[in-house]
Amino acid sequence: MSQNSLVMELRSPPHVRQALTTPVIMANVVYAMLPICAFAVFSYGASALLLLMTCTAACVLTEHVIAKASGNPTPIGDYSAAVTGILLALTLPPGFPLWMGALGGVVSIVLGKTLFGGLGCNVFNPALVGRAFLQASFPVAITTWTPPYMDGRFVQGIPSSFTLPFLEPISVVQFVEDSGIDGFTGATPLAAQLFEQQPTSLADLFFGTTAGSLGETSALIILICGIYLAARGMMNWRIPAAIFASIFLVGGFFYTLNPDVNPNPFFMLLSGGLMLGAVFMASDLVASPTSPFGMWVYGVLIGAVTYIIRMYGGLPEGIMYAILLANAASPLIDQLTQPRTYGSRLRSKAA
Amino acid sequence: MAKVKANMGKASGAARTGDASALNGSAPLSHWLRREGSTFRGGVHPPEHKELTADKPIRRFPFANEFILPLAQHAGAPSEPVVREGQDVVRGEPLARPAGFVSVPIHSPATGRVSRIGLERVGTGAMGQAIVLRPYHGASQDVLYGAPLDIEALSPDALIQAVQNTGVVGLGGAAFPTHVKMKIPEGKAVDTIILNGCECEPYLTTDHRVMLEQIDSMLDGARIIQRAMGAERIIIGIESNKPDAIKALREAIPSDRPVTVEAVGTKYPQGAEKMLIAALLGREVPSGGLPVDCGVGVFNVATVAQIGELLPRQQGLIERVVTVTGPGVKRPGNYLMALGTPLRFVLEKVGLHEKVAEIIFGGPMMGPAVSSLDVPVTKGITGIVVLTENEVSTRDHPIYPCIRCSRCVEACPVHLNPSELGLLGRKGRYEEMVDDFHLMDCFECGSCTYVCPSNIPLVQYFRVAKGLVRERRSAK
Ligand code: SF4
Ligand code: SF4
Repeated sequence: MSQNSLVMELRSPPHVRQALTTPVIMANVVYAMLPICAFAVFSYGASALLLLMTCTAACVLTEHVIAKASGNPTPIGDYSAAVTGILLALTLPPGFPLWMGALGGVVSIVLGKTLFGGLGCNVFNPALVGRAFLQASFPVAITTWTPPYMDGRFVQGIPSSFTLPFLEPISVVQFVEDSGIDGFTGATPLAAQLFEQQPTSLADLFFGTTAGSLGETSALIILICGIYLAARGMMNWRIPAAIFASIFLVGGFFYTLNPDVNPNPFFMLLSGGLMLGAVFMASDLVASPTSPFGMWVYGVLIGAVTYIIRMYGGLPEGIMYAILLANAASPLIDQLTQPRTYGSRLRSKAA
Repeated sequence: MAKVKANMGKASGAARTGDASALNGSAPLSHWLRREGSTFRGGVHPPEHKELTADKPIRRFPFANEFILPLAQHAGAPSEPVVREGQDVVRGEPLARPAGFVSVPIHSPATGRVSRIGLERVGTGAMGQAIVLRPYHGASQDVLYGAPLDIEALSPDALIQAVQNTGVVGLGGAAFPTHVKMKIPEGKAVDTIILNGCECEPYLTTDHRVMLEQIDSMLDGARIIQRAMGAERIIIGIESNKPDAIKALREAIPSDRPVTVEAVGTKYPQGAEKMLIAALLGREVPSGGLPVDCGVGVFNVATVAQIGELLPRQQGLIERVVTVTGPGVKRPGNYLMALGTPLRFVLEKVGLHEKVAEIIFGGPMMGPAVSSLDVPVTKGITGIVVLTENEVSTRDHPIYPCIRCSRCVEACPVHLNPSELGLLGRKGRYEEMVDDFHLMDCFECGSCTYVCPSNIPLVQYFRVAKGLVRERRSAK
């Protein structure tokens, strides 16, 4: 018996831990977004790939540099900066100037994350903070769309991507015409519907053959990726479910009231950034409530606000602001929806 | 009853999904998909590892050369010795008497001589008063002590007294004197007795074997407790991962007795009294209260079996079943061990593998790690689990910030918000934790720490916070 040489550890229970760690969760979110990225590159070609790489690199580098400058160990191993970078790129138009994308990445990390104290302390989804900044700073560039499946998209980028910093983006109108695509109006299906009453087929929206931001076009792929995350317990399914339910019910209600003016609820569900926002951004763990009931409240709020902005606001896309608003409300929601603790009802009755 | 039967078919299959689902922990989707037996809301599914010993019948463990019997091996006042150093004692003879109502006697595990009464290593390694006994080898180790008792003639109070005389305490780990739990406070009544056969801690199979091998004693004990407490019915709650025990008990119970066996979900901490009451009866114990406050008495199956075994003969508790297991053990098993057997002797007999990292008294979710091999096996020790470096390595991951993933919220069986509590705990805002976030309702089950992907030692913070607040408040 070698018991005299036995070295025993003394720790407090529990002595066993689940193997899943935070970096693994974040890495899985990255994996879950890869099919969406691949589809974006397939639809929009080289520009999409470059934009994805630029935004991700900007986020990861910013996080690394800030940590080094403040003398902390670099947190990039937890993949959370990569998640932010990819998400940001997925919300941008394919021909978005790369330098603006990089700037958006820096802003996401600095304003959206480090300023609040880093991972776990951010009030808002960092990618959305970056995207809101870009929308306010470059309103034209962020609404300049190019059609998918242009000829030669893998060898030739969209010219506006390569705009030099601080210059007007190069116009893409001529480029789109040269690419042999007819009848492209420069509008996304959502804008076409809301402002010009021009419908798009639901199948196109579902499979993603329309124009839009990099990652928002195919509802199908987003759903599959979301189901993967939810099934592995790495995303809370309640939040997207609540958003879908709420926009569908609110949309359905108005559609039954007046089907001529109000769009079909399926269209509301499938168009614009709703799918991407609901599955990957609203479900941001840090900026959403922790109580199960709070998640429903949060999701319903996002769905309803999105509908209101879409229908009554001047913007076609409301999901981003709806999520930011709900992010800000989430501490309050959490506070108001604390689950009843075991045995507490009885105490109050006795008291 | 019908509901439970319907769930039984799934039970055996569900038990084996423990490992696969462990990755998901309390993941909501998988949680809703795998409902089995009635259960409570929350909890986790740690890998069970019960296969190491579940099929091993209870075997008597050899006698050590020395027994160490701590005077405080139960919750409550330490017992008072009634023997002196050098005195000869026979197996089963009382060595110490209870010091008040919340205390129990201690009986001699062997025929031999009291060699010392003084400070020894007890518990998990601290010093405490103990009686040390040297057994006479070759002496007949029959229990000569005791006399038959006519149970039917005894009043409830006399029965409770008789239970105290046996020295039986909660053998499920709590070591709280059983007779105290049987005494119903003025103005309260108990309608249901629950026998707790959940054994939700990974690795342990003590109660499982007792339910297979000591059915008669268990039913006798249950009858004694039922009579003493005046309850109408008895429910035996067993996790669905022990279908053989459920079946054996159902077959053994005569149909005219008010005893039912119900399967409950296999989930940690299903064996916590409050969770079991919620699962079986849908009742809740009021915050800060006891099961008796909602008309229930909960007793561990091994405890009940010992009462049924000892009380009719007026004997004392001198041995118990201990699961010695874990990847670090060469010959794992369920052993009937004399109380006071030194841990060092146990480990020598079962043999250890290389790379032992930790030795735990009880299960790995709530059991303390021992710091000395000189401590003895006492009444509250359900198992000895030896973990190697492989099992404990995941704990060495760095601690990440809380990402508010809400896994801990979903896991907490009392529905606290460990994430919020953890953030406050780090900042030392203990009073707030207690007043606004119900910290005192935390029973330190460790589910939150188990699931936390950021490796935050949540329950460890909570223990510190609870201790400090208790101290501060009692100082006022
Ligand atoms: S404490 Fe751990 S388990 Fe709880 S929300 Fe934070 S990271 Fe998740
Ligand atoms: S240790 Fe306390 S806070 Fe954590 S899960 Fe258990 S009861 Fe809840």
